[in-house]
Amino acid sequence: MEYAILFLPLIGALIGYVIKVFGDIYSEIVTTLFVSVAAILSIILFYNGIVYEDYGNYKIYQWIASGTFIVNASINIDPLSGIMLVVVSLVSALVHIYSIGYMSHDPDKPRFMCYLSLFTFAMFTLVVSDNFLQLFFGWEGVGLCSYLLIGFWHKKNSANNAAIKAFIVNRIGDFGFAIGIFLIFIFFGTLNYEEVFALAPNFADTEINFLGLEVNLITVTCLFLFIGAMGKSAQFFLHTWLPDAMEGPTPVSALIHAATMVTAGVFLVVRCSPIFEYSQVALNFVAIVGMITALFAASVAIAQNDIKKIIAYSTCSQLGYMFFAAGVGAYHVAIFHLFTHAFFKALLFLGSGSVIHSLNDEQDVRNMGDLWKKMPITWFAMVVGTLALTGFPFLSGFYSKDAIIEFAFLKGTNVGYFAAGIGIMTAVLTALYSWRLIFKTFHGKYNNKNLSKSEIHESGLTITIPLLLLVVGSIFSGFLFKEFLIGHDYNNFWKDSILILEKFDHSGIPLWLIVITPLFVTILIPVSFYLYIKKINVLDGIVLKYKSLYNFLLNKWYFDELYNQIIIKPTKFIGSFFWEKGDIKIIDRLGPDGISKIIKIISNKSSKFQSGYIYDYAFIMLIGLSLLLTFFIFYK
Amino acid sequence: MNFPILSAITFIPLIGALFVFLTRSERDEKNSGAIYISIFTSIVNFFIILFVWYSIDKTTSDFQFIEEYNWISGFIKFKFGIDGISILFILLTAFIIPICIFSCINSVKTRLKEFLIALLVLETFIIGVFCSLDLVIFYLFFEAGLIPMFLIIGIWGGPRKVYSAFKFFLFTLLGSVLMLVAIIAIYWISGTTDITEIYQTGIPSEYQYLLWLAFFSSFAVKLPMWPVHTWLPDAHVEAPTAGSVVLAAILLKMGGYGFIRFSVGMFPVASEYFTPLIFSLSTIAVIYTSLIALMQKDMKKLIAYSSVAHMGYVTIGIFTFNKQGIEGSIVQMFSHGLISAALFLSVGVLYDRTHSRLIKTYGGIVNLMPKYSFLFMIFVLGTLGLPGTSGFVGEFLVLVGVFKVNYLVAILASIGVILAAAYTLWLYKRVVFGKMENIQLKKIKDVNLSEAVILGVLSAAVLFFGFYPDPLFQTVNVSVDNLINNYNTDIQQNITLKK
Repeated sequence: MEYAILFLPLIGALIGYVIKVFGDIYSEIVTTLFVSVAAILSIILFYNGIVYEDYGNYKIYQWIASGTFIVNASINIDPLSGIMLVVVSLVSALVHIYSIGYMSHDPDKPRFMCYLSLFTFAMFTLVVSDNFLQLFFGWEGVGLCSYLLIGFWHKKNSANNAAIKAFIVNRIGDFGFAIGIFLIFIFFGTLNYEEVFALAPNFADTEINFLGLEVNLITVTCLFLFIGAMGKSAQFFLHTWLPDAMEGPTPVSALIHAATMVTAGVFLVVRCSPIFEYSQVALNFVAIVGMITALFAASVAIAQNDIKKIIAYSTCSQLGYMFFAAGVGAYHVAIFHLFTHAFFKALLFLGSGSVIHSLNDEQDVRNMGDLWKKMPITWFAMVVGTLALTGFPFLSGFYSKDAIIEFAFLKGTNVGYFAAGIGIMTAVLTALYSWRLIFKTFHGKYNNKNLSKSEIHESGLTITIPLLLLVVGSIFSGFLFKEFLIGHDYNNFWKDSILILEKFDHSGIPLWLIVITPLFVTILIPVSFYLYIKKINVLDGIVLKYKSLYNFLLNKWYFDELYNQIIIKPTKFIGSFFWEKGDIKIIDRLGPDGISKIIKIISNKSSKFQSGYIYDYAFIMLIGLSLLLTFFIFYK
Repeated sequence: MNFPILSAITFIPLIGALFVFLTRSERDEKNSGAIYISIFTSIVNFFIILFVWYSIDKTTSDFQFIEEYNWISGFIKFKFGIDGISILFILLTAFIIPICIFSCINSVKTRLKEFLIALLVLETFIIGVFCSLDLVIFYLFFEAGLIPMFLIIGIWGGPRKVYSAFKFFLFTLLGSVLMLVAIIAIYWISGTTDITEIYQTGIPSEYQYLLWLAFFSSFAVKLPMWPVHTWLPDAHVEAPTAGSVVLAAILLKMGGYGFIRFSVGMFPVASEYFTPLIFSLSTIAVIYTSLIALMQKDMKKLIAYSSVAHMGYVTIGIFTFNKQGIEGSIVQMFSHGLISAALFLSVGVLYDRTHSRLIKTYGGIVNLMPKYSFLFMIFVLGTLGLPGTSGFVGEFLVLVGVFKVNYLVAILASIGVILAAAYTLWLYKRVVFGKMENIQLKKIKDVNLSEAVILGVLSAAVLFFGFYPDPLFQTVNVSVDNLINNYNTDIQQNITLKK
């Protein structure tokens, strides 16, 4: 069964690609079917794991063996990979179904479906790996699929640029990740999780000399691994690719840039919890980066006008939550939030896709409005998604997000308190931008001039059914799995797949902390209704008053401009400088060209000696003779 | 003595070339006899070599299939033999040459017969290099390889072919002259030019430094290392497609092979001494040439510069003197042989259709050439070292190896991986994606059957060795172990001697 889950999407992608000669529909059916079967099997596997503790490690074959550097390709089923498999395969299957409807007008449907299946395969290899190198394989594999899918509409220059940007920014992260892997191999002598994690306590106090600095081995390793996670999960400094990645088709955004691939960074940190636990410095760093990202992305989301970019920044912000949860040591809560987030964020993306689809690819929320009667199912789904995202009581986000804030508070350290505070602030911002999106899109006045309102209609069944299924997930996934994943007996489920050295004491939660976030987000619903629908001029006044702040947010803190100035332009400049000045002007001029020129000059000059005139020769002889005489007179 | 199989695999192409020479044809006529003979010989030779690879004993590091004849008695022996390292290079050569022959049938329009002869003769010389166990024989083959390559660039090349051919010749000859002097010196020092004997007796460490430098100058130019790399982009740009393929895929590897076999094998003490030099030159090469590649406007130049960067990893890996580093280098060379060949062939496919190598000529060809775009993508991914392609295995092992030795070099070299992603994907985007703006491209045709087969075979090899590199590791495993052991004992001896 494990093999079937892993390879079904790959086989589906291959067959789907071949079978397209018979018609697009066959590719769609094959890929969707294979991934759906994988999804069902994953759920069975997950269930078996919970009930019968049916976990295990299955070696497929030896991938690389060079001396002591031995790496297997294998399938490792444990609670962590089990729950990830469920998330990935479920969302992937729904997105496959959704794409049949969403991409129905696209001539390249089979290619799209195959990429989606291929992505699912890569994500599975990442999740079920039992060593760092296979993880890296999946890591780069999902990066590749993300690249291919962002640039799917390859005629659009912006899509191509976004795809390249995504790949290269991720490569910068992977560069750090690779160095982390090198460090692990050099000091632990293996890349296998189990062996590495068993050795980690022995290295807790090992200091190494790294580039002239005395640093703790575990800390430096974790930090480098975390750079990889920052790239993939679009954390502060390396986040710039994620909003641009929205150039891809919306199902891609839902699957890759919300529910699965971007959470790989969180997965990495949680998977490596047995190492991270031994470095408080690294954990604090993770927590701080998570906090900054959560707040930063939420602040940017408020000012954006592109419906997908708002949700993209929201994803970025929620990933920040997961990271600071991991950073305070609450790995299980991070995964719980990852789990619930996958449902409601995929729901929001697919819902916005439904809107975009109906409005003929309009993405600007300023050109929407009053759609809720026209698209009741989409409206309903989006509202549920928003309620879940903001943490409205008893929906999934409520359980996971509040848990993060609580656990951060329970940590009892300065970083923990700070994180809890940031968490509450971000929750407020989240409610603001989420409701803004809903009200601007579905309520108020209809603002689109290019499309008459009567032409708008609800999307077809392939689109609405996945939405409704995700609605179910967004409502119940928190409530049903809460006890199980983060309750008192969380270890019953997690077993050895995560390590928490410092247990959390649940007795000291003050009541105000439990109440404050739900209270805020509930109050903010009418407040934002007032701000965005009733009294729009209030907000315009604020915008006018703080013009520079608004522009700062609108332009995403000017990160793209900054990177363009300090990285891209200098790199290009240095490149041409090396080429034109280094290679051509210096090496070639002093090397072959120079030598041949000198030889030419010398031979030209020396040929002048042979003028053929007797007096020239006589003159030269005379000079030679006098030189010789001078020499002998002075030195003998 | 058994059947002289190494002489056979070396000289079969030469005999084939002779038969091609005997076919009759007018100057530019398409000579089907010549084509069939050359395809037949090169493919037969490939299968014989495949058999040799299969039958070579992978559990011993000794040289095998040894042949020995006296040539100039008491002075030069004609000695052939291979071990796990050399067979891989021979295999690569025998794999690439038939591909070159297939590709040149349609793209070389003038003097096809002579071109085929040059390719076959070149194959003999290259395989000879990898089989030789005598320095003089090695030198002869090493240098002789220059002649057909010089002719290929000089006769079938582009507009600046004469300049490039001479630049190529001057650079390589400069290094080789010093190597010849060193070989003569070795004969005076140890009384023999037999490599196995030299391995056993060793060369006194006080001589090693100068000798190492002399060999280094030759291999560094061949590989090429910074700053003697500038001949390569020019040679590639002007060479015909098949010429570029041989040059990038095989000729460069002679430099890397030389470093392993001679520099590390014969002069371990000097190799250790000069490691900082190699590391700094290679690290500069990786970053410097990657940055240059980023800014190239000519596709072939871009690939040429990326070759220099990739060869930088090879030299770094060899001079780590550990298992991962050296095996990584060998795999990297093998994989670069496949990938660079494929990239030049891909550029050749476009060049045959539009006669332009400039990136800006293209754009938006994906809809008209979907198969081509798909195959080209695999090679691009191989170049940037995506896991699952052979490029990743070599590069990653080299970096692991060097990380054991020197953090800084490893980190700087890893930056090259980021840059590689930048220049390859940018190239791919500008050529394949986007809107089609050049009207001439409207009628461009997708790959035909023979092109599809050639590129398909190469892409299959790239992916196969990416997912299953074990055959390569098994072949070189014992030989590399032996190399490292010898190196370590020599270094230890030298240290105790000094005390």
